Amino acid sequence: MNQGDRMTQHPLAKYLRSERMPHIWCEGCGNGVLLSSFLTALDELKVDLDKIVVVSGIGCIGRAAGYVNVDSFHTTHGRAIAFATGVKLANPDLQVVVISGDGDLFAIGGNHFIHAARRNIDIKVICANNFNYGMTGGQYGPTTPLEAWTTTTPYGNIEHPFNLVHLAAASGAVYVARWTTLHVRRLKDSIKKSLQKEGFSFIEVISPCPTIFDRYNKRGTAVEVMKWFRLISNVKHGYDPARTEITNNQIIVGEFVDVERPSYGRLLREMTKRVQEKLKEEKAK
Amino acid sequence: MKSRAVLTGTHFLSGDLACAEGAIAAGCRFFGGYPITPATEISERMSRRLVEVGGVYIQMEDEIGSLAAVIGASYTGKKAMTATSGPGFSLMQENIGLAVMTEAPLVIVNIMRGGPSTGQPTMPSQQDVMQAKWGSHGDYEIIALAPSSVQEMFDLTIDCFNLAESYRVPVMLLADEIIGHMSERVKIPPPEEITIIDRKKPKVPPNEYRPFKPDDDLVPPMGCFGEGYRFHATGLTHDEKGAPKTVSVEEQTKLVRRLCDKIRKNTHKIVRVQEVMLEDAEVAVLAYGIASRAALSAVRKARKEGIKAGLLRLITIWPFPTELVAKMADHVTAIVVPEMNYGQLVREVERAAKTTPVSLLSKLGEEPHRPSEIITAMRRALQ
Repeated sequence: MNQGDRMTQHPLAKYLRSERMPHIWCEGCGNGVLLSSFLTALDELKVDLDKIVVVSGIGCIGRAAGYVNVDSFHTTHGRAIAFATGVKLANPDLQVVVISGDGDLFAIGGNHFIHAARRNIDIKVICANNFNYGMTGGQYGPTTPLEAWTTTTPYGNIEHPFNLVHLAAASGAVYVARWTTLHVRRLKDSIKKSLQKEGFSFIEVISPCPTIFDRYNKRGTAVEVMKWFRLISNVKHGYDPARTEITNNQIIVGEFVDVERPSYGRLLREMTKRVQEKLKEEKAK
Repeated sequence: MKSRAVLTGTHFLSGDLACAEGAIAAGCRFFGGYPITPATEISERMSRRLVEVGGVYIQMEDEIGSLAAVIGASYTGKKAMTATSGPGFSLMQENIGLAVMTEAPLVIVNIMRGGPSTGQPTMPSQQDVMQAKWGSHGDYEIIALAPSSVQEMFDLTIDCFNLAESYRVPVMLLADEIIGHMSERVKIPPPEEITIIDRKKPKVPPNEYRPFKPDDDLVPPMGCFGEGYRFHATGLTHDEKGAPKTVSVEEQTKLVRRLCDKIRKNTHKIVRVQEVMLEDAEVAVLAYGIASRAALSAVRKARKEGIKAGLLRLITIWPFPTELVAKMADHVTAIVVPEMNYGQLVREVERAAKTTPVSLLSKLGEEPHRPSEIITAMRRALQ
């Protein structure tokens, strides 16, 4: 690498498929922050890039899988977790990370989410929550706040949103955290922690959508939304997930769950060993 | 030492259980499924047997997730399958498209029951044969085999895995409730007598690997996750590198044509049929699966009664053996197609037969065709 390259090349370039750049994300979108936090976590942990698989579903953040320079798969809408379940169980040596959006993971893919968390499948789920379906032009989804304006709630949203961290905790996730894209360092630390922990991890990343949702709802420019995040974010580690509902005045962030529970893969391997030993004994008799 | 994976010997098994044994013998080590009548016994057997041989059984939350997990397992290099029936098969259509697009080798067993909707869960049908070919959106080709005995539930399940690995395509075993639930003698050969085909591996180093660059047979060698190829696969239209090409006319044309042509152009290699007394036949019965059993009996009886009858039994129903059927149609005066539906594969037969009259003998509900009904249909067709 010559001096010029060193000056112009992004420090995370080796983790990206540079030929796929430029990415499709809008200016001010939070997806870039999410992705760079993830890549920095990989860098700091010196993760073996041949042994990690990134899986995504459909939506703006769904393109992340195509940008990272590791084995990756872009599934059908909502099915990233179910696909990742197959990958992880079929090859437990792989680190499997799902990066997807709120609509993909919690509307069309909601069933897969709760069951993978219940089974404690050893996968890491990072969710970009921008409160709407951005790629299709801003329709309401399972996290859209009550009364918000979207192209399919022209009179205001009358559906109550999910509190994702509460849902994840209740479903059985062993690690649950929420940050906004303003909390870059803490987000990266949470990703690192989840990558080192066995079991189903869930990290919600509150993300601006300045082109669509924030514009429709008069939240201002990307910078203004980030300033707003700073104003209303409240770090409360270990807080009861049931009480972390996002409101117009407060986003409670932090690490809410960090518990130990044997993963599905571990229980499967232990069962297999038991069964096979018994079969051997029977044969020896 | 006797292999735990291949239960060599003579057994008395149901079709569902024979299918599970065929899968294990073929090297299947991942099963993702959801209970459904009349395919549940396959799941039950797999949940016990896969653990014995060190494989993975997982009961997913639905059939959408089942097939997604199977695709994931396939991408790690495992031979993987699922088994279902009509309602579950409908849910799988979405990810059948994904498996086609990402060229994931895998096997889907459909023990067909009466539809539409919940229909008749414990009753047989052949109502999903068109859905097997056309159920997911977009242009694509798959391979589907139709067993007509419990022995074939074992043998053809192995063939399904071999075809899936050869062509990187989802392969379907389309059986029905009768074949799935009836018990017959099954001979399981010793492992060394079972042909096992594995997917082609890349011969180039990771930096030169193009995951969707085909060989001359139109099938790309397949690297697997964790092997260092660091490649991307997507359900979006993509180029040879796997990069999304969502607005390119050229890439869309190239990819869709290749996905179809790798099957179409190899039809002659894939297709298997059984021909019985067709040489001098005046009337042919074309049948597959459960209906072919009565058809065979009908043809033999008809011969005794002086009717020059013959049988073309399709073992492969997709890709449809159009040329073979056309050739047969040239030599007979009529074709009778008994099906346990209200007329599905008969449309393909009509298309292939051109001017030769084709008559459908439809059956819906519990009873399979009786040989006497097929003989009557043959007489009528010859009038």
